[in-house]
Amino acid sequence: MSISEIENEIVEEFELFGNDWEGKYEHLIDLGKHLPLIDKKYKTDDRLIKGCQSKVWLHSELINEKVVFTADSDAIITKGIIALMIRSISGLTADAIINAQFEFINKIGLIEHLSPTRSNGLVSMIKQMKLDALAYKVQS
Amino acid sequence: METITKNSSLNIQKIRQDFPILFQKVNGKLLVYLDSGATAQKPRQVIDAISCYYQSQNANIHRGVHQLSQEITVAYENARVTVQKHLNATLPQEIIFTSGTTESINLVANSFGKKYVKSGDEIIVSEMEHHSNILPWQILCEEKGAVLKVIPINENGELIINEFKKLLSNKTKIVAVTHISNTLGTINPVRKIIALAHEKNIPVLIDGAQAVPHMKVDVQALDADFYCFSGHKLFGPTGVGILYGKEKWLSEMPPYKVGGGTIKTVSFEKTEYADLPLKFEAGTPHIEGGIGLAAAINYVNEIGLENIGTYEFELLEYATLKLAAIEGLRIIGTAKEKAPVISFVIEEVHPLDIGIILDKQGIAVRTGHHCTQPLMEHYGIPGTIRASLVFYNTKEEIDALVNGIQKAIKMLK
Repeated sequence: MSISEIENEIVEEFELFGNDWEGKYEHLIDLGKHLPLIDKKYKTDDRLIKGCQSKVWLHSELINEKVVFTADSDAIITKGIIALMIRSISGLTADAIINAQFEFINKIGLIEHLSPTRSNGLVSMIKQMKLDALAYKVQS
Repeated sequence: METITKNSSLNIQKIRQDFPILFQKVNGKLLVYLDSGATAQKPRQVIDAISCYYQSQNANIHRGVHQLSQEITVAYENARVTVQKHLNATLPQEIIFTSGTTESINLVANSFGKKYVKSGDEIIVSEMEHHSNILPWQILCEEKGAVLKVIPINENGELIINEFKKLLSNKTKIVAVTHISNTLGTINPVRKIIALAHEKNIPVLIDGAQAVPHMKVDVQALDADFYCFSGHKLFGPTGVGILYGKEKWLSEMPPYKVGGGTIKTVSFEKTEYADLPLKFEAGTPHIEGGIGLAAAINYVNEIGLENIGTYEFELLEYATLKLAAIEGLRIIGTAKEKAPVISFVIEEVHPLDIGIILDKQGIAVRTGHHCTQPLMEHYGIPGTIRASLVFYNTKEEIDALVNGIQKAIKMLK
């Protein structure tokens, strides 16, 4: 699937909840709980993205020309949003990741979590994802 | 939130009418504002004073010969006198307008530090300080080769006074401690701290940012050398604050920021600086801030800080009881003397997650380290959830918080 197909799928998934914030956040929490665990050896301080409040660990690998991300956070809602982001871009080419806009986050009504005031580390995580992709692009 | 909290002599529902923002809906729910420790809401009396300033009083102060300038100069200087009387300072020129507590502390650290602190000297702060009362002193110590000493706290979040006594020495140049901890709510025995420091002729700066909204502060009774607070936590505007300093210190200290208004005469060879307080007030000040702050002080005095204290203590006791009953919840900061600030953590749940779910229910709390990272380290926690209450809050709002937390726990666990 292309990035836009995946994003549309996520948007449709969240449309089911309409204005039901509880349902939406329960789903997000559930996604967070089921985010595949990052390999413990990558959960180190040098891979830590420090938000003001929650911590995010990010790891990337280049497998068959595709960038694959794994991540973790100590806050569960942050983790849920990470799960959505990884679902939308992990396994794509470096170029696709560099150009990703994550517009679906706005469409599903979670944009507040990407505002700089949220200080949950997600804005820095996106930056790091793109930097990693750029590094792989330069290497290849 | 229709029912009325009746137990106190204050008519809270009537007081709430003074705060237009409290009737706003957030995420479809009537706002429950429990973050006054970050910034307090403003009564109509303050909003009107600021609006009136821009509609009919705006002119620059201290320099115009025209009518508007003269009138607003008088109003601004009257605001200074309002602050002076409120703090029971001896002289109006002991009241310096700043941009807030942070700038007040930076002013003293820079100016006092430049004149009195040298290599090998010591400065005492406490483990529960806000970063604003650590960093200016840390930088000063780095620049001068001085040493920062820290008063430790006990498990209840109270300063260990015996340890403080041991830290005081003839090398100590200044002690800087908070009156009330923004994270723990602890009310520190500042009078005693000041008396102990004064026995060795050491001046003391008190960070009063969290204290002035809750209690009457008398700088003469405390014998504080410096006392700092912000307007916006005292129901006044943002961007204005106060540094109270004893005249004997302020008159000897060199200017901190310089520019228009701080001088008597300027030439390229030599500048003669103005007398207090203008020596420390460079540039056009936050005029409407001063006017608004005076309106806020008049407002709390009309309600009466003693009445406020009695009612807020009731709120604190009620909230503590209700919150402590939640399974897995631990209150951080259990000092005997406490202001209505309650920090807590919940087993296996991140504070940020709780904060987000509460926000969805229209409940505003603060989560995180509250700019007190050394304190978080002491307790070995990433942060807390903090509910900070003031007199416009009600027991019904505390009930809403408790229900909100229970819902959040159910969703998150």
